[in-house]
Amino acid sequence: MTIDPRTDPEVDAGPVVGVDEALPPALPTGLDATPETLGGYMQRWWQGVRAGELGSLPIIVGLILIAIVFGTLDDTFYVERNFTNLLLQIAATATIAIGVVFVLLIGEIDLSVAYVSAVGGVSMTLLLRPDGPNWPWWAALGVGLLVTTAIGLVQALVITKAGVPSFVVTLAGLLIWNGVVLILTTQYSTSGTVRIQDDTIVGIANDFLSDAWGWVVAAVGVGAYALTQLQTARSRRARGLDAKPLSVIVLQVAGLAVVTGAAVWYANRDRGVPSVTLIVLILFVFWSFVASRTRFGRHVYAVGGNAEAARRAGINVDRVRIAVFMIAGFMAGLGGIILASRLRSVATNAGGGDLLLNVIAAAVIGGTSLFGGRGRVVSALLGALVIGSIANGMGLLNLATGTKFVITGLVLLAAVLVDSLSTRRRAARGMM
Amino acid sequence: MTTALLECEGVSKAFGAVQALYRVDFEVRAGEVMALVGDNGAGKSTLVKCVAGIYPFDEGRVRFDGAPVTVHNPREAARLGIEVVYQDLALADNLDVTANMFLGRESVRQGFVLDESSMEHAARETLQGLSVTTLGSVRQTVAGLSGGQRQAVAVAKSVMWNSRLLILDEPTAALGVAQTRQVLDLVRRLAERGLGVVIVSHNLHDVFEVADRITVLRLGQRVAMLEASDTTQQEVVHAITAGTLDHVPGMVDQGVAET
Repeated sequence: MTIDPRTDPEVDAGPVVGVDEALPPALPTGLDATPETLGGYMQRWWQGVRAGELGSLPIIVGLILIAIVFGTLDDTFYVERNFTNLLLQIAATATIAIGVVFVLLIGEIDLSVAYVSAVGGVSMTLLLRPDGPNWPWWAALGVGLLVTTAIGLVQALVITKAGVPSFVVTLAGLLIWNGVVLILTTQYSTSGTVRIQDDTIVGIANDFLSDAWGWVVAAVGVGAYALTQLQTARSRRARGLDAKPLSVIVLQVAGLAVVTGAAVWYANRDRGVPSVTLIVLILFVFWSFVASRTRFGRHVYAVGGNAEAARRAGINVDRVRIAVFMIAGFMAGLGGIILASRLRSVATNAGGGDLLLNVIAAAVIGGTSLFGGRGRVVSALLGALVIGSIANGMGLLNLATGTKFVITGLVLLAAVLVDSLSTRRRAARGMM
Repeated sequence: MTTALLECEGVSKAFGAVQALYRVDFEVRAGEVMALVGDNGAGKSTLVKCVAGIYPFDEGRVRFDGAPVTVHNPREAARLGIEVVYQDLALADNLDVTANMFLGRESVRQGFVLDESSMEHAARETLQGLSVTTLGSVRQTVAGLSGGQRQAVAVAKSVMWNSRLLILDEPTAALGVAQTRQVLDLVRRLAERGLGVVIVSHNLHDVFEVADRITVLRLGQRVAMLEASDTTQQEVVHAITAGTLDHVPGMVDQGVAET
């Protein structure tokens, strides 16, 4: 029999590694000794990193670098108020980017998300006008989301049923929805700006949790994480499968608790944790669950990895594609509403500027592959955090717009380079 | 001898003017490896695809387990226990071994939540049952597997669902010597477990290594059905290239009239 280099325990160390304990020890599979200890786990993780399984490591290193660079260059970067500002600034980008991650996972692209998000914000705002329809906030918000989800559906139908590439369909969508935003905003106001006067909607991105609630949310989040980790480990052990050692779980939970605690403490020294941050975290948990724990999520990855294999396995590929574009539309709508709430208005330039660039860059910087099948929902958050903190830092330094674009572009390039180099490393090690 | 698991009697299939299969008899017994050989265009793939339900036969009778059946689509074939592993294997590179084996048939709790530990458990049991030991972990992505390991995963995926007849289309075409060995061993083990196995191959060396019987197709007709133990490669090559045809291609009507 051939021994692949990959079956060598030195090399084979993905982030999740199941092990054939029942194999006769004489066989050189090398994986029958699971390191169910902290040391073994760390060793395996490090081997994975060396083999190119970087996970979120580069982006965390990147964030630390950004924090050091801007912290040194500008005194106000570390002011509490700037931290809560940053959280407010990245909320909409992260929300829209979650939808983009799903689209990238099936190997498609959605260039229309930015203007679709504006359509969501504008339709909600117009329905709220006190001198107009004057709808209650929940109805206007619901219709806004319905409209953007429907846009996703229509674009997906053209893509799947007519077989037009998503790049072209959503490029057309970009123009169409930009036009719709312009028509609507200029029709209902001479200045091109429509203000939002509903307190609940304005509150979405302008309210803060009280200090106590901030702590409660942090505690609930960390507790839920600990519970699911323990639950998973227990159910795997019950089946005789290898599981994360308790020491690793304890360390991870402690790490999460420290980071969350520090963030809440820091935010509470200013105005508190923004409500919208809580919304984004809930969305993150929900969509992460959908992507990694449900049958639908599995099918999304399968369609992105090998659509033909998915089709032959009995998966309705078109239905998965349509659902994904609807998710992108829904999340774009939500992002647009968050953005409108933060600005307390919508204007003719809604959805324009660098919004599209930022949401796609966020997903890609976070580690989602443009070729489909690889990536995680968390990459939307991490990517948005990187893009947001660079923009924030450069804003504090009063850099010219041109300089900002150049730097953001270089960061995007660096992220893609890290990804392609690590892919090459995996390939060289036989991981691909 | 055991009765046939799959029995095709006088099956024909035409694509327009092209008679891809003409009154072919073909049978597979449970527990045997039947090789299906023939030159390009001999009708091997058409026969396989008809059995798998991708195309219907134009005429002829098919019996499965002694009962007459008509398979309209691959789903019905799967329900009977007929599984085909095509040459491209249809695996998703980005998913791990377990996810691939359960693709489209994931075990779930509460209707939609993946039951990962039970799937991982079952995947390991199946692979161990087939003595596939070269696979390090069932949580490894398929992208990192060698050709032979991929073939093993594709086969394991097919036999996992109580299949009774497994059709392998050119399973060794892209493999090196050692990996071919592994796959042929696996094919033998499947037959020993009582499955009927059809192996479509160009490689007569492999065929003689693993097959019990050999069906030779030529220009859409069956020109020979040989016991692997009492024939030679030369005889099979002769049948493939110059086997006697019951009817002359292009003269369909006459051929029908004669038989």
